[in-house]
Amino acid sequence: MATDRADYLDCDSLFTEEQRLVRDTVGTWVDEKVLPIIEDAAYEGRFPKELIPDMSAMQLFGSTISEYGLPGLDNVAYGLIMQELERGDSGLRSFVSVQSSLVMYPIYAFGSQAQKDNWIPRLGTASAIGCFGLTEPDFGSNPGGMRTTARKDGDSFLLNGAKAWITSGSIADVAVVWAKLDGTIRGFLVEKGTKGFSTFEHKGKMSLRASVTSQLAFEDCRIPAENILPGVEGLKGPLSCLTQARYGIAWGAIGSAMATYGAALDYAKSRKQWKDRPIAAHQLVQERLAWMVTEITKGQLLSWKLGSMKNAGTMKPHHVSMAKRNNVWVARECAKLARETLGANGVVNEYPVFRHLANIESVYTYEGTHDIHTLVIGEAVTGIPAYNPPEE
Amino acid sequence: MNSLVAIAYVPDTESKIKVGPDGSSIDESDVKWIVSPYDEYGLEEALKIRESKGAGTVTVVSVGPERVKTGLRECLARGADDAVWVDTGETKNLDALGVSKALAAVAKAATFDFFWFGQKGVGPDESLVGPMTAELLGLPHVANVVHLDVGEGKVTASREIEGAHEIVECSLPAILTAQKGLNEPRYASLKGIMGAKKKPIAEKKLADLDVPEADPAAAKARWRKLSLPAPRQAVKLIPADDPAAAAKELVRLLREEAKVI
Ligand SMILES: Cc1cc2nc3c(=O)[nH]c(=O)nc-3n(C[C@H](O)[C@H](O)[C@H](O)COP(=O)(O)OP(=O)(O)OC[C@H]3O[C@@H](n4cnc5c(N)ncnc54)[C@H](O)[C@@H]3O)c2cc1C
Repeated sequence: MATDRADYLDCDSLFTEEQRLVRDTVGTWVDEKVLPIIEDAAYEGRFPKELIPDMSAMQLFGSTISEYGLPGLDNVAYGLIMQELERGDSGLRSFVSVQSSLVMYPIYAFGSQAQKDNWIPRLGTASAIGCFGLTEPDFGSNPGGMRTTARKDGDSFLLNGAKAWITSGSIADVAVVWAKLDGTIRGFLVEKGTKGFSTFEHKGKMSLRASVTSQLAFEDCRIPAENILPGVEGLKGPLSCLTQARYGIAWGAIGSAMATYGAALDYAKSRKQWKDRPIAAHQLVQERLAWMVTEITKGQLLSWKLGSMKNAGTMKPHHVSMAKRNNVWVARECAKLARETLGANGVVNEYPVFRHLANIESVYTYEGTHDIHTLVIGEAVTGIPAYNPPEE
Repeated sequence: MNSLVAIAYVPDTESKIKVGPDGSSIDESDVKWIVSPYDEYGLEEALKIRESKGAGTVTVVSVGPERVKTGLRECLARGADDAVWVDTGETKNLDALGVSKALAAVAKAATFDFFWFGQKGVGPDESLVGPMTAELLGLPHVANVVHLDVGEGKVTASREIEGAHEIVECSLPAILTAQKGLNEPRYASLKGIMGAKKKPIAEKKLADLDVPEADPAAAKARWRKLSLPAPRQAVKLIPADDPAAAAKELVRLLREEAKVI
């Protein structure tokens, strides 16, 4: 099937030849290698590891870094990669987001030279897989309340606590874990197999089924003192990583919406009801399609503008909140409208729609829920933080 | 070992082709262009030869309007070292002999062991340019190559023929046309894409090469008229409740309506 990117307003012309080539290369790979297998992988609840060698050969991990032989892409090209991966599957995009933005980024930005030299090359080829442990069973939207602690003990740190909902947790070779050291949030690198560190997969997940999500448990887990990330202290450490990842999600969500819109459009044109007319001839169906393509177009423009700002160094976290919030919502609405348009076929995995519909629920919640981003925008325009009311 | 690789930049095989207003060319307005898939096999083989020998260059060559540079850039991103673009300017629908003469002119100015082509360019499907270029250069050629062993100054190629494979030995330099099955073309790496901009694309003008066919009046083949295949007719379903009656009806329809038996 030819790739249809719902390009109603010639957004293509906003991109450089290089950015388009990046997009088309990854897009062709998604069409040829991901789409044929992803439905079964998701149904079986299996992360398709067999895709890693191709992604590594294309250098999709840490692609905005230019040291260590990595590609050094600009942020729009990076966004287009996220778009194409999520046109395939949100779980696959999550895997690359976590590896790049939540694991390689903090090690690269806040790590010691030795930590960088040790991990960046391996993570860049995905010969080592990483995960990012911030959320805890009792602390999601409010990660600052976390209970996981680190305690200095001679030449090591002892970690205690639990993390929940961690993407790639049980397949990771290294976990970037955020824990409180004397009351201050710090980042720690914990290697797979370290005594006192165990992982458990979340069972019964109905969304992002092609991605691994796990709990991490630390019981007097002893790690060498040099495994602390030296370059950052406080909540801004994990939040700055999330800004990177959310930026990618704003683009990725457009990919999901392109996939569900494309499926709805194809279906509407070929499915006939009432006097042999395609359902696309009905005004109610056209209204859905018109809504979808309009919102996708607006979302593309939002992402592109954000990317230009990130390239120029003027992008702020609250800008990212607007794009993450809007574009994931658009993708979620598109998935629902597409599902309706496909009728009964909208609930079977012969079409990609239900998978995207289920996936986008996680995307709506993780990396700051829709609500939390609403409040970030609210704070940016009013100056009043509503999510964290002052003590009475 | 050095390779030249001819690159045709053709309408995406998924494109819906529309006939242009002149009735003899395609409407290019909504066409998405891609490197012809058979040329991708040629490029991949050239890259593999360079990699296995640890030396040599891969030069991609395309004859066409400005847009073919995008195709050349894609090949540079996949690993070709440099490129030559023969700018066809105002000339449209250059015939196969004209393209071959332009490519032969480029080849004469180069030193190479292999000149790769696709076994055909997707679209016109003529399978002419490879063999014609070989003839113009006075070099041996092997068409429809599906496997290649490179020796000293010669190659052993396996080529697809009707119902069998033919093993051909040939001296170098040689012209080879690639067939599906030869290899699995790689995807460009991001670093390759980033580096492609810095690789040189030499530009030549068709008008400066000895290609009389650039003048449509001198072309040996011309596109007279293009038309789309008739739209497929609605499928006629024969109820199969009674197989004997269904078979009878099928034979009647094949004889009286389709007139094929
Ligand atoms: C598949 C998946 C993968 C994930 N991967 C990771 C990962 O790799 N690493 C990681 O650290 N985390 C990960 N997460 C966790 C994710 O970031 C959290 O689920 C998210 O932050 C929300 O936290 P919560 O689930 O505890 O919800 P809660 O914070 O309990 O929120 C529940 C509801 O209350 C609302 N709410 C909360 N506070 C407010 C407020 N102040 N005002 C208004 N509404 C509010 C929320 O918007 C939401 O609707 C993942 C989650 C999923 C589902």
